[in-house]
Amino acid sequence: MATLCSAPRLPAAEAARIALNPYKADFPLLVGHPELAYLDNAATAQRPACVLEAETRFYETMNANPLRGLYSLSVEATAAMEEARATFARLIGATSPREIVFTRNASESLNLVARTLGEQVLFEGDEVVISILEHHSNLIPWQEVCKRTGATLRWLYPSQEGFFSEEEIKATIGPATKIVSITQLSNVLGMEVPVAAIAKRAREMGAYVVVDGAQSVPHIPVSVAELDCDLLAFSAHKALGPFGVGALWGKLELLEALPPFLTGGEMIDSVTQEGAVWAPVPMKFEAGTQDAAGIYAAGVGLSYLEEVGFEAIHAREVALGRALMEGLAERPFVEVYGPRNPDAHHGVVSFNIEGVHPHDVSSILDGSGVAIRAGHHCAQPLLTWLGTSSTCRASAAFYNDLSDVERFLDAIDTVWSLFHGLA
Amino acid sequence: MASPNQLYTPALLEHVQHPDWNFELKDATCSHEGVNPSCGDDLTIHARLANDGTIAEVSWTGEGCAVSKGSADMMADLMVGLTPAEAKELCVTFGELVRGELSAEDAEEELDEAACLASIAHMPARVKCAELAWRTMDEMLSGATEPSSTEDGLVPSAGDLG
Repeated sequence: MATLCSAPRLPAAEAARIALNPYKADFPLLVGHPELAYLDNAATAQRPACVLEAETRFYETMNANPLRGLYSLSVEATAAMEEARATFARLIGATSPREIVFTRNASESLNLVARTLGEQVLFEGDEVVISILEHHSNLIPWQEVCKRTGATLRWLYPSQEGFFSEEEIKATIGPATKIVSITQLSNVLGMEVPVAAIAKRAREMGAYVVVDGAQSVPHIPVSVAELDCDLLAFSAHKALGPFGVGALWGKLELLEALPPFLTGGEMIDSVTQEGAVWAPVPMKFEAGTQDAAGIYAAGVGLSYLEEVGFEAIHAREVALGRALMEGLAERPFVEVYGPRNPDAHHGVVSFNIEGVHPHDVSSILDGSGVAIRAGHHCAQPLLTWLGTSSTCRASAAFYNDLSDVERFLDAIDTVWSLFHGLA
Repeated sequence: MASPNQLYTPALLEHVQHPDWNFELKDATCSHEGVNPSCGDDLTIHARLANDGTIAEVSWTGEGCAVSKGSADMMADLMVGLTPAEAKELCVTFGELVRGELSAEDAEEELDEAACLASIAHMPARVKCAELAWRTMDEMLSGATEPSSTEDGLVPSAGDLG
């Protein structure tokens, strides 16, 4: 049976820091639902008021179709979008805002890469390397492009603890590798992947390096120069921005060399009855009218993250992750997946309760006002490799606090009690 | 937010922890598998028909969440003595209950304690768990040969977000 103590053994200073929450007041949904412990941040973030206000401000003060008008309102709408592009670029250390292509989400960004880069460079006998950690978004586009081109998909495997060895990297990435596409931070296990080391090997083999930054960009400082990658995909909704806005960063010369993905309005310079001349990067990849208000608000969300600062974000999320891990460790009926070191989880903890299906756990937690994710987390090959079909996942963000963790742990005890006739 | 105890009632949990009908029926007239691929629920329903054509016994085997297993065990209780046509009707009634088209009060006479699953209507992603055994039974009695699935696009899957 669980210990009654739900206070984790955190260092006092750390516990004191996450007991306070200077951020919660900025998030209207959290303020409006004081009974809610929202621990599904890896699925989507909550949005601060400044993001919601920015979206409204766009429609109230600058709404016009960006790029299509020669009047001042349209110029303003265009400027709002370009301001966001500059923020996106700055956040990941891009050398120019032109290297940011707006998409709908990270999935679309990765599809763009697979359909353009993949179909340009892959031929029969070539290899694409991904890892077993991948979200389906960074798996299925590559499965599909391999089917079309005759290339082979190869998999990098970490140790059970979640670490990739030099030997594994060397054995999997070789002369036949043309593209390595890898997540920077696992959405299931929370640990960071050594992208720079993997990219170094890929470079030696002459392969392109694509990074799925959907989980990393909102939580750790990301520098595309330090990663030495060619392309990086991420989405706004996990980084405090609206749904439906994503980005693809690419090296300018590579983006210029790639063919367009979607075609139509906005992405052309000139059109005749016979063909078209593509617009310059990044417009070449942005067919149709963009969600300008969403993009503008997404930029405001990223600026908010910068203001909080990644050092503070990381410290809080690691402390919250440790509180989650240590609380679960006190409950012998809970199995936690991934690294044993709590600090390696970035606040993301996947677990199972002995004899209870994850969907039952999440339904019971929901009844206690605790929101977590249960299922395969869009990473079915990973879960199969872990030897399970589904897990529960609690994922913290810097605007969570110790009371969220305590409510979560109490609700875990409720699950165990209910299933053992103790409630 | 629904209270967990509305769904995870002592009655449901008793059927999960101490099921009456969780075994393979040796002289089954028919057996049929039902799956919810995104949940991992995978149940097989077995039924033995008496000489007069009524259902003599129903059992279930397999793995799934508490809702799918408890619901299967409650269903097995209710099926004994029904004609296949009556059993199919009861499956339809149960479907109406868990989709919120029928109140627990109106269903209680026919569905007995299985009426306690009415509160699942507020959890759309879990409806398919409650329905699995019943859909499988219904399709078995209709002579289906392919495994049944309650993931036919009518309900959102709890496993599909990043």
